[in-house]
Amino acid sequence: MIPLEYEKISSIINEKSSVLDLGCGKGDLLQYLIKTKNINGQGIEINEDAIFSCVEKGLTVFHSDIEKGLDAYPDNSFDYVIIYNTLQQIKNVDTMIEECFRIGQKLIIAFPNFAQISSRKSLMLGHSPVTKHLPYTWYNSPNIRFFTIEDFADFCKNKRYEILDKFFFAIKKRITFLPNLFAYTAVFVIKRK
Amino acid sequence: MNKKDIFHFDYLLLKSGKKLENIDIAYETYGQLNADKSNAILLEHAFSGNAHASKLNENDEPGWWDNMIGENKAFDTNKYFIICSNILGGCGGSTGPASINPKTGKEYALAFPVITVEDIVAAQKKLIDFLGISKLLSVVGGSMGGMQVLQWMISYPDSILSAVPISTAMKHSPQQIAFNEVGRQAIMSDSDWNNGNYYQKNEPKTGLALARMIGHITYMSDKSMEAKFSRKLKDKEYAFNVGTNPEFEVEGYLRYKGSSFVKRFDANSYLYITKAMDYFDVSGKNFTIKSKNKNLKSLVIAFKSDWLYPPYQTENIARHLKLQGYDATYCEIKSSYGHDSFLLETEDETKLIKGFLKSVEKGALK
Repeated sequence: MIPLEYEKISSIINEKSSVLDLGCGKGDLLQYLIKTKNINGQGIEINEDAIFSCVEKGLTVFHSDIEKGLDAYPDNSFDYVIIYNTLQQIKNVDTMIEECFRIGQKLIIAFPNFAQISSRKSLMLGHSPVTKHLPYTWYNSPNIRFFTIEDFADFCKNKRYEILDKFFFAIKKRITFLPNLFAYTAVFVIKRK
Repeated sequence: MNKKDIFHFDYLLLKSGKKLENIDIAYETYGQLNADKSNAILLEHAFSGNAHASKLNENDEPGWWDNMIGENKAFDTNKYFIICSNILGGCGGSTGPASINPKTGKEYALAFPVITVEDIVAAQKKLIDFLGISKLLSVVGGSMGGMQVLQWMISYPDSILSAVPISTAMKHSPQQIAFNEVGRQAIMSDSDWNNGNYYQKNEPKTGLALARMIGHITYMSDKSMEAKFSRKLKDKEYAFNVGTNPEFEVEGYLRYKGSSFVKRFDANSYLYITKAMDYFDVSGKNFTIKSKNKNLKSLVIAFKSDWLYPPYQTENIARHLKLQGYDATYCEIKSSYGHDSFLLETEDETKLIKGFLKSVEKGALK
């Protein structure tokens, strides 16, 4: 089944856009965007098995740590740089985002919302949240950052990034009412002012 | 369907400015060239390889990339026409220092002109032209074969649709030159080498075998040597003797590899080919692909345990291509076999190359 986030991302990008997917995993999103929008897509991924899946799908991928891989691209290479479910694993978030704006016009950033009500409940009860979108336990999580929709909006404000669009999702539906409380995931489209 | 042949042409103007005449290029082909000649893939052999990449028939000797070539393999002979030729300067049927110099009627020896990777690839281009192929679907090779792949991208970018350089570098580092130099010194310090004039006499077997032994150490890894030999002895106990018999398994292995190499390789070829590798430098501005066609795709593969051609060197190729706006995929495969991985990890390579070739064909149809 196609995640709602994929459909939304596909709906906002233009036909034949050039797209870089950071942490593209097995390349499912790239493949979906190629199918729906005939994009010219590429990915960066660190996991070897995932890289194999990508190449078997015929995708162009760079086997590298995201933060080390970006300097392999010239300025303004892409219409969109997608950071899908990856930002929470990045060490130097602000320098990486600046680097993304060097190589791409717009950024599409999708991330799990740490302030969703079930996470809040877990914390209230004294436990680190383990949810569908934050599925790891504290000792095996690859995530090193835990942030919320409000946090990300503040970040954009401080960095003077313009928010072109934002979408919020619960499981299988869009959320418009109190997203920081009810949305499991968020998708922001931002650009430099 | 498979065949073995020699392509002959009159001369080649070399990078050194010299002219080499009366040239033979030995080659083999597997599979069938299609009607519009669009399914040809050129395989580039490594330093000590030859045109025999795969068995020509069931009873044939194994080739150097047998597991990759054949029906339903990475280079599927049901779909593709595979070409592999012995390099210029080699000793596997192509013209090299052991060939007869038409001017003297004797072997060239050191009168053979110095050749470069550019010259090697120029000779291959003539073969491809002769076969009537205007665009290769891909050029693929590891190690020195990878250097030839890079040279194809630079010299003839409009004659290839894609490229697969494996375990290779844009230039030799001092460490790589140093290993080559030790090999050359081993040969030249053998008195039988006789300034290259050993044909019809005693060949410099000791020196050539020693060069090969050193080479073999650089092709393996600490881990693969531990797995293969550990400290195993040929006898039960130490002999307490510094004599000539190999005691450790690894000693026996290296001597065996050395002595079997001298039966199939020419010492002067060793000198010329290692020199061609050391001269090769397409780093920086030298790696400029002069083509309007930005669709040239590449798959760049490295192996983690390769310390002779460390992955960073191979990764730099992919970075360089991307910075020039070319579509390059880079994969670094886990493997413990060291530099030899590109000949041994054929299962992983098969997955990658199959997927890649499919996407190249798809792109070509667009």
